[in-house]
Amino acid sequence: MSNSRERRIVRYEFGERLVHSFTALSYVYLLLTGLAFWTPAMYWIAIVLGGGYLSRLLHPWAGLFFVGLLGWMYVMWRADMRITPEDRTWRKAIGHYIRNEDAQVPPVWRFNDGQKVLFWAMTAASLGLLLSGLVLWYVTLVPWNLRWVRYGAVLIHAISALVTIAGFIIHVYMGVFVVPGGLHAIIHGDVSEEWAKAHHLLWYRNLRKQP
Amino acid sequence: MANTLELLRVSASSPPAPGVRKTAVVTKLVDTSTCIGCKACEVACQEWNDLPPETTVQSGTYQTLPDLAPGFWNLIKFNEHEDEHGRLHWLMRKDQCMHCAEPGCLTACPAPGAIVQYTNGIVDFQQDQCIGCGYCMTGCPFNVPKLNPQTKRVYKCTLCVDRTSVGLQPACVKACPTGCLQFGTKDTMLEMANRRVERLKADGFAQAAVYDPPGVGGTGVVTVLAYGDRPELYGLPRNPTIPLAVKLWKGPLKWLGNAAMFAGLLAAAVHFVRFGRKADVTWK
Ligand code: HEM
Ligand code: SF4
Ligand code: SF4
Repeated sequence: MSNSRERRIVRYEFGERLVHSFTALSYVYLLLTGLAFWTPAMYWIAIVLGGGYLSRLLHPWAGLFFVGLLGWMYVMWRADMRITPEDRTWRKAIGHYIRNEDAQVPPVWRFNDGQKVLFWAMTAASLGLLLSGLVLWYVTLVPWNLRWVRYGAVLIHAISALVTIAGFIIHVYMGVFVVPGGLHAIIHGDVSEEWAKAHHLLWYRNLRKQP
Repeated sequence: MANTLELLRVSASSPPAPGVRKTAVVTKLVDTSTCIGCKACEVACQEWNDLPPETTVQSGTYQTLPDLAPGFWNLIKFNEHEDEHGRLHWLMRKDQCMHCAEPGCLTACPAPGAIVQYTNGIVDFQQDQCIGCGYCMTGCPFNVPKLNPQTKRVYKCTLCVDRTSVGLQPACVKACPTGCLQFGTKDTMLEMANRRVERLKADGFAQAAVYDPPGVGGTGVVTVLAYGDRPELYGLPRNPTIPLAVKLWKGPLKWLGNAAMFAGLLAAAVHFVRFGRKADVTWK
């Protein structure tokens, strides 16, 4: 890599990319099958994916797979995702970030505050999805006099799913459409020095300090 | 099987139901005060619907099972009640699908056509369309639908739709030896029920009443209760409605959620048109 036109920096190790892609794939499957049961207008998705019965059968298992990977991601990234004082200054300048006035956006470490908030929101909502999803899955085990648990579960599952969908839309839009090189980085792992300087200056400087 | 000309409601379907044939609303009358707990109706139900025999569970009473089961749709519940004079009353009740005019099961169901309601009021599960999610079990205020763990589909009383649609009585009604079960149009059944209530009142049950709960739009199974002011004694909810959470979930939450998802996509598109991509520092 060092022989190429310019020096490449590894932003995501192979393991990180692998976990991210399987989390993403399982999430998309959960989202599509979930949406099919959410509204009749989208039930056709379940039919395309092998029928309602199969989708219902696999959705909870995909959910366990997804949450397992998310746990792994948590172990990998929680240190980098910790909110720091720099993030609070960044947050104040978020208007500039949104308007692409990046010269006026304070420098950040490996992840910016937006990415961090997304990570924590997804983690929290997924915990809600897991707990409520287990109730939906094993609804026959919820005794009738505890039926409020069933009622809570359908609401929490739908609301948590909506929270993740909001995050998912922003996340995919930013990574694919707004930040050039973002998609390349999460798939192939590498970024240019210029990219690292432009988007994650503190992280870049720290990397350079290390041998 | 569904006669499409008589479909009044179809689960998870936005277009109007195809039913155009007007039929009288049918009703089963259960007079708990003349039920002797013989369970002929339980047997008749098992036989007509050709359901596999269920292993009974002894719980110290005459009751066959603790609860309805995927293969047991008609259960006589034996409730013991001691009145203020210390007299024991056996309050038998026929536990089964109530065939609600506004069925919570159908409201909750996400699978198109898995639950239908005919113009005659019968609520019927179409197991071939059922995906086994169990939402109907959350939507039903009477704890009726039961999931078969082998087929992963849900089953309940059909009000003998295969008999009643060709002019026969439900099997249980035909088997009942005391006439405590009757079947006919809703109007005639309510008339009979009210006559029974008058008799009970004359016999000293001042609180006797007809149980036809308005919270679910009335039911296709109406019950005469000697203690009409205390339906709980029979294990019946006082004022059943589709659970509020289910109404919110299938109503405002769904529309707000859909609007929010649409708005999110729209906002991304607007942002892209207005601000576009970030400065393209060399990244390749
Ligand atoms: C974390 C573990 C999860 C479990 C155990 C789980 C389980 C379930 C179950 C049992 C249902 C009922 C119907 C069905 O099986 O499809 C359901 C519905 C649904 N799931 Fe999940 N799920 C999980 C994660 C997710 C995730 C990550 C999403 C992402 C959006 C999601 C979205 C949905 C949606 C939208 C519905 C339909 C809700 C409705 O009709 O209101 N689920 N889930
Ligand atoms: S279990 Fe079957 S009938 Fe019940 S709500 Fe789900 S799809 Fe509908
Ligand atoms: S009693 Fe339950 S299963 Fe029967 S129609 Fe009413 S809501 Fe549906």
